[in-house]
Amino acid sequence: MSEKNIDDVTGVETTGHEWDGIKELNNPLPRWWVWTFYATIAWALAYTIAYPAWPLIERATGGVLGYSSRAELSQTMEAAAAARADLVTAISEKPLADILADEELRRFAISAGAAAYKVNCSQCHGSGAAGSAGYPNLNDDEWLWGGDIEAIHQTIAHGVRFDGDDETRFGEMPAFGDILDPQQIRAVSAYVHSLSGEGADPALVEAGSTVYADNCAACHGENAQGEPALGAPNLADAIWLYGSGQEAIAAQVRSPQHGVMPAWQARLGETTVKQLAVYVHSLGGGQ
Amino acid sequence: MTSQDGAAERSSIERIEAEAVNSARVRQPLYVARKKIFPKRASGQFRRFKWIVMAITLGIYYLTPWLRWDRGPYAPDQAVLIDLANRRFYFFFIEIWPQEFFFVAGLLVMAGIGLFLITSTVGRAWCGYTCPQTVWVDLFLVVERWVEGDRNARIKLDKAPWSADKVAKRLSKHTIWLLISVATGGAWIFYFADAPTLFVDLFRGEALPVAYITVAILTATTYTFGGHMREQVCTYMCPWPRIQAAMLDENSLTVTYNDWRGEPRSRHAKKAAASGQLVGDCVDCNACVAVCPMGIDIRDGQQLECITCALCIDACDQVMDKTGKERGLISYATLSDYNANMALATGGGSHAIDPTGVHKPDGRLSDKVAHFHWNKILRPRTYVYFGAWALVGLVLLYALFTRDRLDVNVLHDRNPQFVVLSDGSIRNGYTVKLLNMIPEPRTVTLSIEGLPGALMTVDGIADNAEGRSFEVPLEPDRLRSLRVFVRLPAERVDEESETFRFHVEEAGGDETASYQANFSAPEDM
Repeated sequence: MSEKNIDDVTGVETTGHEWDGIKELNNPLPRWWVWTFYATIAWALAYTIAYPAWPLIERATGGVLGYSSRAELSQTMEAAAAARADLVTAISEKPLADILADEELRRFAISAGAAAYKVNCSQCHGSGAAGSAGYPNLNDDEWLWGGDIEAIHQTIAHGVRFDGDDETRFGEMPAFGDILDPQQIRAVSAYVHSLSGEGADPALVEAGSTVYADNCAACHGENAQGEPALGAPNLADAIWLYGSGQEAIAAQVRSPQHGVMPAWQARLGETTVKQLAVYVHSLGGGQ
Repeated sequence: MTSQDGAAERSSIERIEAEAVNSARVRQPLYVARKKIFPKRASGQFRRFKWIVMAITLGIYYLTPWLRWDRGPYAPDQAVLIDLANRRFYFFFIEIWPQEFFFVAGLLVMAGIGLFLITSTVGRAWCGYTCPQTVWVDLFLVVERWVEGDRNARIKLDKAPWSADKVAKRLSKHTIWLLISVATGGAWIFYFADAPTLFVDLFRGEALPVAYITVAILTATTYTFGGHMREQVCTYMCPWPRIQAAMLDENSLTVTYNDWRGEPRSRHAKKAAASGQLVGDCVDCNACVAVCPMGIDIRDGQQLECITCALCIDACDQVMDKTGKERGLISYATLSDYNANMALATGGGSHAIDPTGVHKPDGRLSDKVAHFHWNKILRPRTYVYFGAWALVGLVLLYALFTRDRLDVNVLHDRNPQFVVLSDGSIRNGYTVKLLNMIPEPRTVTLSIEGLPGALMTVDGIADNAEGRSFEVPLEPDRLRSLRVFVRLPAERVDEESETFRFHVEEAGGDETASYQANFSAPEDM
């Protein structure tokens, strides 16, 4: 460092660093630049005094301005809630048919319902509401308990076979494994399978139709079109909650599975349940 | 011990060549204060040109938001408007939607290449004439001269102790500067909202806080950069000088002190000539330094700080006229011409500058002296720049005049990809977005092409009836998002994935758009 490196062209001292013959000049900084630097330091210090900054043992310093990002968030949330208060009120007050008729209300209910669906319903019915074995697909046009807006609302509000709600949907199929003999079960399974246009042994189908008329038609209907009041599914269509095919049908006849859905009215409140009903109704199968 | 012995002893002690690294002799200051610059008023052809450029650029900046342009009842009538809230950009007859922002990107590419072109031909013309920093500093200097006088008066005032007169002058200067700054910041926000409405709101205190904050920030930057920072912005803050310097070559015009005819400079030319000394054209009057807004001496050669405003050319030409010498001691010159002339003056580098080499005996410049010729601008480098610039421009123009004003985008539902209905038919869901990009309401026909046997329902259209074609009314200048279900009967399904098109056609018009979509079905059908 005792040697001074002076650049010939400019007469300015260099840092002594050289890269491929290119030297770095050591021009002094303008003084305002260093003042700007000090100003940023002062700003940083002032900032840590004004805003929450220094971590202490219990908590961080609060800052003299009393700013809190949590408070800001709740303010923003409150502002958002206030902005949509009119729509929410309208939804809670109006009957469902009126909500469907009002395009703006319906759109709002669909988006709000979609959000509530993702949090509360997607665990069983899937994030796309396509369901899975035992959990109904909400996009299609078959409804166990009815697919108009009031029926959907009733199902969501009070659940299915849910112990904690007096108005819950209830319907149970007896376990025909105790009532029918295996041959009858085979026959009625073949008959039910044939109803949706699938091939089956004609002799079995013939025998099965008698078994069906005697044991099943009371709930599922003579034409097997189902009975929403009992939650008895349509057996003549292409949709199978517990799997299609004679084996799956036979298993369900022998010892039926009964899904349970909680009642949501008490947990989510009337407005959210209404929004959920509108959302589910909009998925494509609403009647 | 005699003094002689002492001296002998002392001389036996070796003197070590060492010096403290921080001794005052070698220490260079870490920081330097800004040296005050008091640019003198210049006059001449370049100053005149700069006044014109200043009037045009400031005029464009302040007046553009006030121009009106009739777009009918469904769109704003401001000629140039950046409508952030509605995400639209209006420029006279052009309206740009966010997805068409590539037009702006294209213009920036053109500006970049244009800068290469300009810099490779006429040097840092952007810096010297049109850069906002240059223009506003010029404007602030006009105020400063008007209030405090020209260079000498200002230097005197600066040195003078504080008096009522000095306070009055400084106060009025800074007040006018601040007013200009407020007007500058104020003009900016008019590009983002309806100017006449915002103007009234601004004074009534009814404009949005962001408007006042923007005005405040731009007032502060204009006042600081134009009034106080000035050349410091160009030298220390701006990356442009570094980049632009790399674009110059030996055929680029730069403001050049022609030392091959100016040196040896002499303040007393006649006396020196009489005593037999060589005398160049430069009379060392420092007029070029006095007018320089960057405070540099162009005679030190090309330098980073020089913004090529050419005011030193005007100043020097006036002096040359007075001394009866040819103009152009400082001139726009290329490095190749300069080198040729320097070779002439130094006998090819064999001796120091001899002005007689480039002068005739009568003092005029020798015929051998090289002058700039406009054909130097035409060279491969500038052809390439111009070609690239024009190409981008033509592509943009083509894109502009052939762009769609009706468009359709389709999002296929991914979850679920398909739904099996009770009769066994397959249904797919789509979000179809129809873009009506003109400020007029329109009705379009949405239909499906291909996928024989398929029927669609459009949510909210025709009471959700099934069909292959529907009329959809569109609002002016808006996007309409539709939920569409397409159903294919079981017997028509034969592939896991089939393509078809959503087709949109303007009713009673000729604009069409279409979008290819997929129809998905279960594997086992």
